[in-house]
Amino acid sequence: MTLEAHVPSGPLAEKWQHYLDKAKLVNPANKRKHEILVVGTGLAGGSAAASLAELGYRVKVFCIQDSPRRAHSIAAQGGINAAKNYPNDGDTVWRLFYDTVKGGDYRAREANVHRLAAISNQIIDQCVAQGVPFAREYGGLLDNRSFGGAQVSRTFYARGQTGQQLLLGAYQALERQVQAGGVEMFPRREMLELVVVDGAARGVVVRNLVTGELERHAGDAVLLCTGGYGNVYFLSTNAKNSNVTAAWRCHRKGAFFANPCYTQIHPTCIPVSGKYQSKLTLMSESLRNDGRVWVPGAAGDARAPGDIPQTERDYYLERRYPGFGNLVPRDVASRAAKVICDDGFGVGATGQAVYLDFADAIGRLGESRVRERYGNLFEMYERITGENPYRAPMRIYPAVHYTMGGLWVDYRLMSSIPGLFVLGEANFSDHGANRLGASALMQGLADGYFIISSTLGDYIASGGGSGEVRASEAAFDEAANAAEDRIRRMLHVDGTKTVTEFHRELGQIMWDYVGMSRNREGLLHAIDAIADLRADYWENVSVPGRKDALNKNLEFAGRVADFLELGELMARDALHREESCGAHFREEYQTPEGEALRRDDAYAYVAAWESTEDAAEPVLHKEALSFEAVDLSTRSYK
Amino acid sequence: MAQTMTIHFKIWRQSGPDAKGKLVDYTLDNLNEDMSFLEALDVLNETLIHKGEEDPVEFDNDCREGICGSCGVVVGGIAHGPMKATAVCQLHMRHYKDGDTIVVEPFRAEAFPIVKDLVVDRSAFDRIIAAGGYVSVDTGGAPDANSLPVPKNDVDEAFDFATCIGCGACVASCPNASASLFTGAKIAHLAHLPQGQAERKQRVVRMVDQMQAEGFGDCSNHGECEAVCPKQISIAAIAKMRREYLRAVFG
Ligand SMILES: Cc1cc2nc3c(=O)[nH]c(=O)nc-3n(C[C@H](O)[C@H](O)[C@H](O)COP(=O)(O)OP(=O)(O)OC[C@H]3O[C@@H](n4cnc5c(N)ncnc54)[C@H](O)[C@@H]3O)c2cc1C
Ligand code: FES
Repeated sequence: MTLEAHVPSGPLAEKWQHYLDKAKLVNPANKRKHEILVVGTGLAGGSAAASLAELGYRVKVFCIQDSPRRAHSIAAQGGINAAKNYPNDGDTVWRLFYDTVKGGDYRAREANVHRLAAISNQIIDQCVAQGVPFAREYGGLLDNRSFGGAQVSRTFYARGQTGQQLLLGAYQALERQVQAGGVEMFPRREMLELVVVDGAARGVVVRNLVTGELERHAGDAVLLCTGGYGNVYFLSTNAKNSNVTAAWRCHRKGAFFANPCYTQIHPTCIPVSGKYQSKLTLMSESLRNDGRVWVPGAAGDARAPGDIPQTERDYYLERRYPGFGNLVPRDVASRAAKVICDDGFGVGATGQAVYLDFADAIGRLGESRVRERYGNLFEMYERITGENPYRAPMRIYPAVHYTMGGLWVDYRLMSSIPGLFVLGEANFSDHGANRLGASALMQGLADGYFIISSTLGDYIASGGGSGEVRASEAAFDEAANAAEDRIRRMLHVDGTKTVTEFHRELGQIMWDYVGMSRNREGLLHAIDAIADLRADYWENVSVPGRKDALNKNLEFAGRVADFLELGELMARDALHREESCGAHFREEYQTPEGEALRRDDAYAYVAAWESTEDAAEPVLHKEALSFEAVDLSTRSYK
Repeated sequence: MAQTMTIHFKIWRQSGPDAKGKLVDYTLDNLNEDMSFLEALDVLNETLIHKGEEDPVEFDNDCREGICGSCGVVVGGIAHGPMKATAVCQLHMRHYKDGDTIVVEPFRAEAFPIVKDLVVDRSAFDRIIAAGGYVSVDTGGAPDANSLPVPKNDVDEAFDFATCIGCGACVASCPNASASLFTGAKIAHLAHLPQGQAERKQRVVRMVDQMQAEGFGDCSNHGECEAVCPKQISIAAIAKMRREYLRAVFG
C-alpha cells in the first residue's frame, strides 16, 4: 500500500485555495442529517466542534475531564504565532512557513505547513472577535513578542496564560452551541474503542467514568482531537490525564502511527526533586529572552551560584552558538543541557540542572520591568521550589513536553481509516522532527476552526459516512466486548505492583534510552525491557476497586497498558531512523562538533507504522517528503 | 535532602452520591517538604493499594499547575488550603509541620453534588456559561484583529476577570453557596471589552437567571470567595454583575 497524501496540485502558495475551490459542499439542509463525533475538547476539538455545529452538523463531543474547559490546552503559557507583521519587522506568510519547516528539520509535509502559516492570521482575527484578551500596546493595538528563537516578533500572547484564554474562547463557542442544541456534550467519558463499519470510521465506544457504563455512539465521521502522548515518559509537562489511548486504539484498528519517536524535550522546566514527583512544570520559553543559561566552569563546583565569579562560569549556549545564544531552538538547547550535565557540570542536589540567571536582566531593566514581564512565572517557580528567582538564578532542566508524532493524516487531516480525522497534537502533520514555540496552539486552531469544516464537508459530500449505522450492529458489539474484556482482565490480575509503579518504570526506560539522545544498543535494550515490563504488567499489576463506579486507578491502568505498547513502537521507530534530525538525536549520526547529522538521501520520509497482531512486527510505510519550495539545508544557529 | 515528615490526615470518604460519608483517619510517615499536597495524596493512595483493604481516595486533578481548575478540596477548613492565591495542586508540604493533622473535605454546595469521596459535580458552571457567557460570533468573517483598537487598561481589567479557572472554590467558601464570583467574572470580562457590548444586556440576564436556576445562593457580601480564589479575582466582579443586571432590566 502506498500512502496517498492527497496534496492538491499547483504552486505551494495556491494549494489550499485550489483545494477549497474544488472541495465538494454539503447542502445546508443536509448538514443536520449528519452526526459527527468529536473526541477531545482542547483547542483542536473545542474549535472543531463549535465550528461544525455552527454550520449545522449535529455534533457529539466527548472529553475525560468534568468540563470541556479543562483540556490540557488550558496550560499553554507562551503564545501563538501568526504572520500578521504588525510590528513591521518583515514577517510574511512565507517566512513563518519557512521557519516552521526549517525548525522541524525538514521532516514535515511542505504543503501542510504552508497552509498553516497562511491560516494563522485568520485565527487571531477569530479569537479577538470572541473577546480573547490578548496583550495590547498603549495605543490599543495588539502587542507581539519574539519567541523560541524567531528573528521577528510574531507571537501573540495573553500574559503567561495564552492557552487558557484561547481555550476559554473555544469553550465558550462550544457552550454556545450546546445551548443552541447543535452540540451534545458528554464530559467524564473516555473513548476506549473506534468502531469501523465497511472500512470506515462510524462510531466510538466510550466509558462513562462516573457509572463505568460502556456507551456506544454511532456517527458519520469521527474526529480524534485527543492531544499528545508525552506521558509515556511518566514525567512530563503534560496534564495528568493526557494519554495515548484513543489514538492507540485507532492505531490497533488500522490507523497508521507516524513518526512516533519525535518527542520534544523542552529545555526550561523545573528539575525533578524526588522519587514521588508526579509531573514536571514548564517555565515558559519566553524566559530565555532575558535569562542567561550557565553552569560552573569547573565540574562538581559546589559553591552557591552567587559565589562563582563571572570568569569561572560557562555560558555554554552563548559560547557554542554565538549567533543565537540563549535563543537556540528547543532541541538544541535541551541536548546542550544534557551533555553538560552528563559531563559533570550540572548543579543542584541531583546535578541534573543548569542555571537560568536573570541578574543581568534585573541590572539592565530593573526588577519591576522583569516582574512585569515574568512575574507570574517567577511566582510559580517560587511556589514549587521555595526559592526566590529574583535573588538567585533558577535551576532548570529539560523535560518531555510535546509529541510531534501522532496518527498519520493526509492533507485533509484524514487518517488511513476513511472517516477518521485527526486534529491537533494527536496527528503528526505540521511540526516535522521539532516543533517551534507558539506553533501548537496555531495548529490546533487552524485544524479546528478552518481546515476541518472544508475537508469534512468534502468527505461527506463525496459519499463518505453514508448509509445508516446502528449502535446495535455487530461492529459495535465487537468493540464494546473488546473494551469490556480489557477492563475485566486488568481488574482480575490482582498482582502486587501499582499502575503508577509500572508507569514510572516505563518512563525511566523511555527517558534513559528513547529520550534526548539515542543509540542502537540502548534502543535494542529498551525494546526488550519494554516487552518484559508489558508481560509483567499483565501478571503483576494491582488494580483495586470496581468497574461500575468512578475509579481513576482503573482509567490509568488502561492508559498505562497502551503506553506499554506505544513505548516499544517509539523505540522501534527511533532505531530504524538511522540519522539525527530535530529532536531525534542518534549518537551514531552527529557532526564532529556534536550537532545533528541529517541523512536526506535515505530518510527524507514520514515513517507511518501499521499495527499487526505481533507488537514486534509493525509494518513500515513511507511517505516520501519532497520539497519544492525550500532547499534542504543544515540548520545552523552558530 | 528534604526533611521527612509524618502527617495525620482526616479525609472525607463517600462511596457515591447517595451514600453516607465520613472522615477517615490516615497517618503517613514517609512524606517530605518538597512534595506537593496532591503528591502526598498520591503517596496515600499507593499505600492503600498495596494494603489492599480500601479503595484509593478519589480526587479530581489534571494540570497540577493551578490553571485547569480540576482540583479543589477543602483543606483545614479552607477551600484550596491555607496558601493565598494558590490552587490546592500548587500547595506544598513545606507549609506544614511534622506531626500536623490535616482535614480534607470536598467542596460542599447543593449545586455541586458529591460524586465520590472528594469529587463533586460542577457541571452547573458549564450551564451558566452556556446561558450566555460568550460573544456570538461564528467562525470565519471576523474583521482584521487590529481593526478594533482596545485601550490597554480595558483589556488589562478584562483579563483580570478572564483568568477565572472555574474551580468552584468561591462557591465552596461562601456561606450561601453563591456562584456570584464565578458568574460575575465572566460578565465583567466581556462587559469590559467592545466585543462584548452587543449582547451585554441579554448576557447578564440569562447568566444570572441560570445561576439562580441551578440552586446557588444569593450573595450577601461575605467576601470569602475573593479570599480563597486561586486567581485572586476581585469581588468587584460581583458589583459589576449587579450593575449590569440593573442596567439591563431597568436601564
Ligand atoms: C505546559 C505547556 C505549555 C505549552 N505552551 C504552549 C505555547 O505557549 N504555545 C504553543 O503553541 N503550544 C504550547 N504547548 C503545546 C500545546 O498546548 C498543545 O500541543 C495543545 O494545546 C494540544 O491541543 P489539543 O487540542 O491537540 O489537545 P489537548 O488540549 O491535549 O486536549 C485533549 C482532549 O482530548 C480529550 N481526550 C484525550 N483522550 C481521550 C479519550 N480517550 N477519550 C475522550 N477524550 C479524550 C481530553 O479530555 C481533552 O479534552 C504547551 C504545552 C504544555 C504542556
Ligand atoms: S489540577 Fe489544574 S488547577 Fe489544580
